[in-house]
Amino acid sequence: MHLKYESTLREPLVDGVKNYHQVTEDIISPIEGKPGKLWYIGFFISLSLLLFGVCSVTWEVYFGTGVWNLNKTIGWGWDITNFVWWVGIGHAGTLISAILLLFRQGWRTGVNRAAEAMTIFAVMCAGQFPIFHMGRVWMAFFVLPYPNTRGPLWVNFNSPLLWDVFAISTYFTVSLLFWYSGLIPDFATVRDRAKTKLRKLLYGIASFGWTGSTKHWQRHEALSLVLAGLSTPLVLSVHTIVSFDFATSVIPGWHTTIFPPYFVAGAIFSGFAMVQTLLIIVRKVLHLEDYITIGHMEAMNKVIVLTGSVVGCAYLTELFMAWYAAVPYEFATFYKYRAAGPLGWSYWIMMTCNVITPQVFWFAKMRRNVLVTFVMSIIVNIGMWFERFVIICTSLYRDYLPSSWAYYRPSWPEVGFYMGTFGLFFTCFFLFAKYFPVIAVAEIKHVLKTSGESFKNQMEKYEQQPADEFARDLHHDDEPHHDPHVAPVHHS
Amino acid sequence: MAVKNFVVASFDDEAVLFPAVKKVRTAGYKIHDVYTPFPVHGLDHAMGLRETSLHTAGFVYGITGTTTALSCMSWIFTTDWPMNIGGKPHFPLPAFIPITFELTVLFSAVGMVLTFCYLCQLAPFVKKHIFHPRQTDDLFVMAIEVTAKTNAEELKKFLAGIGGTQINEQRAEAGWWYGRYDREDRLFDNKRPEPVNA
Repeated sequence: MHLKYESTLREPLVDGVKNYHQVTEDIISPIEGKPGKLWYIGFFISLSLLLFGVCSVTWEVYFGTGVWNLNKTIGWGWDITNFVWWVGIGHAGTLISAILLLFRQGWRTGVNRAAEAMTIFAVMCAGQFPIFHMGRVWMAFFVLPYPNTRGPLWVNFNSPLLWDVFAISTYFTVSLLFWYSGLIPDFATVRDRAKTKLRKLLYGIASFGWTGSTKHWQRHEALSLVLAGLSTPLVLSVHTIVSFDFATSVIPGWHTTIFPPYFVAGAIFSGFAMVQTLLIIVRKVLHLEDYITIGHMEAMNKVIVLTGSVVGCAYLTELFMAWYAAVPYEFATFYKYRAAGPLGWSYWIMMTCNVITPQVFWFAKMRRNVLVTFVMSIIVNIGMWFERFVIICTSLYRDYLPSSWAYYRPSWPEVGFYMGTFGLFFTCFFLFAKYFPVIAVAEIKHVLKTSGESFKNQMEKYEQQPADEFARDLHHDDEPHHDPHVAPVHHS
Repeated sequence: MAVKNFVVASFDDEAVLFPAVKKVRTAGYKIHDVYTPFPVHGLDHAMGLRETSLHTAGFVYGITGTTTALSCMSWIFTTDWPMNIGGKPHFPLPAFIPITFELTVLFSAVGMVLTFCYLCQLAPFVKKHIFHPRQTDDLFVMAIEVTAKTNAEELKKFLAGIGGTQINEQRAEAGWWYGRYDREDRLFDNKRPEPVNA
């Protein structure tokens, strides 16, 4: 009897008849084969997008931020919209790996590796925007507090923009460390079964000389747990601080105390949607349907409908407060220029995509439908992009002085920059999907005997057993009465 | 470390491994290590390993981050270059909280990962002896050190009796060295040459 016995009513996390070796085989063998035609097509499309992005950014750096269609009224446009959007997407990975680890959600094991990778790539994309928005990007290091020859003139520690520098860089570093420390044992698995010299060499370097020693595993577990504990408030802090960029200002439409929780919910919402988009493709292409099951997708869809509704409540609260506060400027921003006005269409796209359509996930049939999930995941991310656009642009384009009212549409370098970050993101993700174990092999093996379908089926007899008998069996595990098919009790 | 002799046995199930670890320890053999493809909970206790103190290290790194952030920011804003920013106080504690928090997390995470790598001797180009290539796949591999008092043949029989398979004897470096996994490194014994007695 396994101590971590799990009811058969709970859906298995690993489908099919698997043993430890089969798990390795299923997850590692795509790395060892040649990539398919689709991979090459996808990779080169991403690479060309990336190159186009590099051109757009070079153009902007050479001629200055004037090539963007930002103006005196609308100082933040696509760049900051994209920044917040990418950072938001970058929230799901660490949420899955950290918060769900602390909450003991077993289903995270199937999706955490890919979600964390996605987080890291998304934060990389996000970081580009504020850096290149600086214009004179070669002076970007001025945001770091270091003793300098200009006084020393220090940065302003009171500014949320500086908090952002610390938050995003810390988040990136910690996510990367968390991700890589989990990858080390899996790289060792690839290394030890490698047939070619090059693979042995490269995965040998990447695996840092991991052997699987019991002491090392003990420390590894401690490390993962503490990193999860640290990352949990970190995830919440990052988007809170991003929301401070707006909330601490005095612009009507930004100056609200609801922003931190509202932004965090939105970030989780869009992050999970992006995870769905990527994993639906990955599980299909790499034949990992046994590990990323419909049950995993359903769990994430539940998070999507929850956070989507939180975001919906926040929209309504904002509207209520704009009326209730009786500040004419705030009222005008929300009712005249956001829900109506020349940019009003963006508000209604946001409302439809974020609040109305995700409600289909109240139905189990929809949550468990792959096609619906895929389409919804893209709709949600379109909606969340528009949310940031709405917050930024519709609060700015009608300011206090009607003579400076303006309209905003992006120029080609702005669009190119955004497409370039898609290129960067997908180039990285394609490389990851080909050369990295996309599912945490060791973690799957760890839950296999409790949550694997074939092992759960053997638990049926314990379901029928009276409770006191079951408890007595559990106490006498040291006696040699081992059932050869079921793992033993481990006193931990 | 040093080149040593080991008797190596593989187990293919935790159900066999746990009682085996217990029996090997009771029989008085010195378990060098048990290599597992995933963290087996409770194995560290079964082997008599002590708890790790990595958490404590993480805490210490964390408060180092807290103090670094708070002391740097307050020194800069009150002593080094007191600047009037919109008439706000020179020591705005609430405004210092976000950066203090971030640095606490950063110091703790980076410090812990580096400590982890240091303690487990993990780094690029670090190489260690792999007793069985499937120890990172599906086997639980137990390595027992052969000391001057150990009868290797007896030990092998004993291991076979408690469920071990693929039992063999290996002469290997017990520690780590710089090397590449695509090359077989020739180990050398750092035994001193026999003294020539005149």
